[in-house]
Amino acid sequence: MTPLISVDHFSKSYEEVRAVRDLTFEVNRGELFGLIGPDGAGKTTTMRTLVTLLRPDTGSVTVDGMDVRTRMKDIRAITGYMPQRFSLYPDLSVEQNIRFFADLFAVPREELPARMDRLYRFSRLEAFSRRLAGRLSGGMKQKLALSCTLIHDPVLLVLDEPTTGVDPVSRNEFWEILHELRAQGVTIVVSTPYMDEAMKCDRIVIMHDGASLAQGSPRDLVASMTVPMYALDDRDLVMNFSRIETVPGVRSVQSFGDSLHITSDGDILPERLQSAIGGALGRDVHLRPISPSLEDVFIALIEEGGVHVL
Amino acid sequence: MRRRLFAIIRKEFIHIFRDWRTLMIIILMPILMIVLYGYAITLDMRNIVFGVIDDARTTESRALIEAFSENGFFRPLHREIRRDDMEELFMRRDVHMVLVIPKTLSTDLITRRTATVQLIVDAGDSNVGTFVNNYAAQVLNIHNRRVNDTSPLLFTITPRIFYNPDMNSTHFFVPGLVALILMLISALLTSIAITREKETGTMEQILVSPVHAREIVLGKVLPYVFLGLINASLILISAWILFAVPVRGSLLLLGVLSLVYVFVALSFGLLISTVARTQLIAMFGTLMATILPTIMLSGFIFPIASMPDILQYFAQILPATYFLLIIRAIMLKGVGLAELWPEALILTGMGVLLLFAATRRFRMRLE
Repeated sequence: MTPLISVDHFSKSYEEVRAVRDLTFEVNRGELFGLIGPDGAGKTTTMRTLVTLLRPDTGSVTVDGMDVRTRMKDIRAITGYMPQRFSLYPDLSVEQNIRFFADLFAVPREELPARMDRLYRFSRLEAFSRRLAGRLSGGMKQKLALSCTLIHDPVLLVLDEPTTGVDPVSRNEFWEILHELRAQGVTIVVSTPYMDEAMKCDRIVIMHDGASLAQGSPRDLVASMTVPMYALDDRDLVMNFSRIETVPGVRSVQSFGDSLHITSDGDILPERLQSAIGGALGRDVHLRPISPSLEDVFIALIEEGGVHVL
Repeated sequence: MRRRLFAIIRKEFIHIFRDWRTLMIIILMPILMIVLYGYAITLDMRNIVFGVIDDARTTESRALIEAFSENGFFRPLHREIRRDDMEELFMRRDVHMVLVIPKTLSTDLITRRTATVQLIVDAGDSNVGTFVNNYAAQVLNIHNRRVNDTSPLLFTITPRIFYNPDMNSTHFFVPGLVALILMLISALLTSIAITREKETGTMEQILVSPVHAREIVLGKVLPYVFLGLINASLILISAWILFAVPVRGSLLLLGVLSLVYVFVALSFGLLISTVARTQLIAMFGTLMATILPTIMLSGFIFPIASMPDILQYFAQILPATYFLLIIRAIMLKGVGLAELWPEALILTGMGVLLLFAATRRFRMRLE
């Protein structure tokens, strides 16, 4: 089957800023696809282009075979889009918001009750149907926004950082809903700066400074990191690890909360590395072998430039 | 098409009624403004067009007409008029004053050493009426002295002031205020209504639907037409209660044409909102584009005829210019659609054109 989304050498600039540079990726039908990267990586620009709000400068972007430049109305009809900022009407009630979007998308009136029931069931918003949207909690707002983008049964769902600023419990709940939707066959493109959320995607593209650093399934990406890694739990060293970086056998050092993640160059035995670092610091240290996380992969990618894993 | 349009209209009404503070401001501000601004401002004028009914046709009568024409204040209408035409000329604003010279002018001057001429003055604009009257008196004084400097009071003037016999300046300014306030409030309403959605991000959300630009634009205008009608009625009622400004013409015609004017102002506000990114810019732009031109150039205070040519052309493109003629004519003169249809037609055309331009300029993307 042909991919639902095809992004081919896509670039986009705003005046002086190159927001996206030569981005290429495909999203298969029924896939949960993640755009991963920090703020300013070009995720929002890419998503706005997917939903025809922006036009590509160069390259091509197609959705279900339709060019985003020319088939604006057709793409909008089959797409559900949730902008990064909460963008519903705070002075309309939950139900008024949903009904408004049902009217905009011309959802057949006879189907509306059943669809609203279904949306209420997963969002558990029925008890709040008369509450003003502005008075909902962060998590409920996101579920309402998702409900409004789902009312017309879109083929493609584009969600721009849907869980930013949402409490951890609601975040988990939100991702469970996304997995349910994928199970029903909806193709989902979601952006997130959180690596734990990236792990929940089928495939991801890691973006930095508007370019793709790597893409593939998150597990494959992690597995591609073959060099040994160690954690050094020492709060005092977190801000001051330059002495460790110069130890022979150390390739890179990153601070992760209260500990340091040390990548060795692979040739050195863990015991030798431990004593070498201890020697440099003038005291005993304990290195704990760890398996790299996606975040380690991301940092390694930024330091080394892109590697491609498919 | 109709379902999406109605959905937007319904939503807009919910916004209007849920936000009661803004609603109170929209309703109370015009009344406050009319109380605050409802006072007179003096003015000066030139090029007052006057007609002549010369029954004497003598050297003396021609000298008198010449006396009126030779200064910068009066300009003669270059054609004969009959008594029956006079009312219509006033209605069409072709003349501001008519000088009636009796058949007996020359003989009276010789036999009685004094003669009476009649001045009929349009005081639909009370200030214009006052000035025309004063200027005419001066012209006659000068002429008297020139003709016979021993007897300074050769002619006696008996003015009869039409349309605003008390020369009440509020009757002149209040209709202007209605035009100003309606333009300002209406344009503000729509320009803010769209930029607010741009700012809160809801525009981004509704754009990603099969909605058309014309549905968004119409959906924004129609609810506010209703609000504008309420505004117009409140302003007219308070003008009537506070300043006893009469409505001599048809109230229905005044209502309908006010609605047309509100529609023009709302469409203008929409056009501004397609350019402005934020509510602040929209508000500032609307204030600049409505208040100043409406006060200075529409004939609200300063007669258009006495402006430099370039500003006169500019006045021609201001909706308030036409609405001022309409509302003063209906309220003070009791004029009907038979005389006002050109202005009504121009206003309607302006509204349609502005709405069309706003729809064309409305961006369906974020760039």
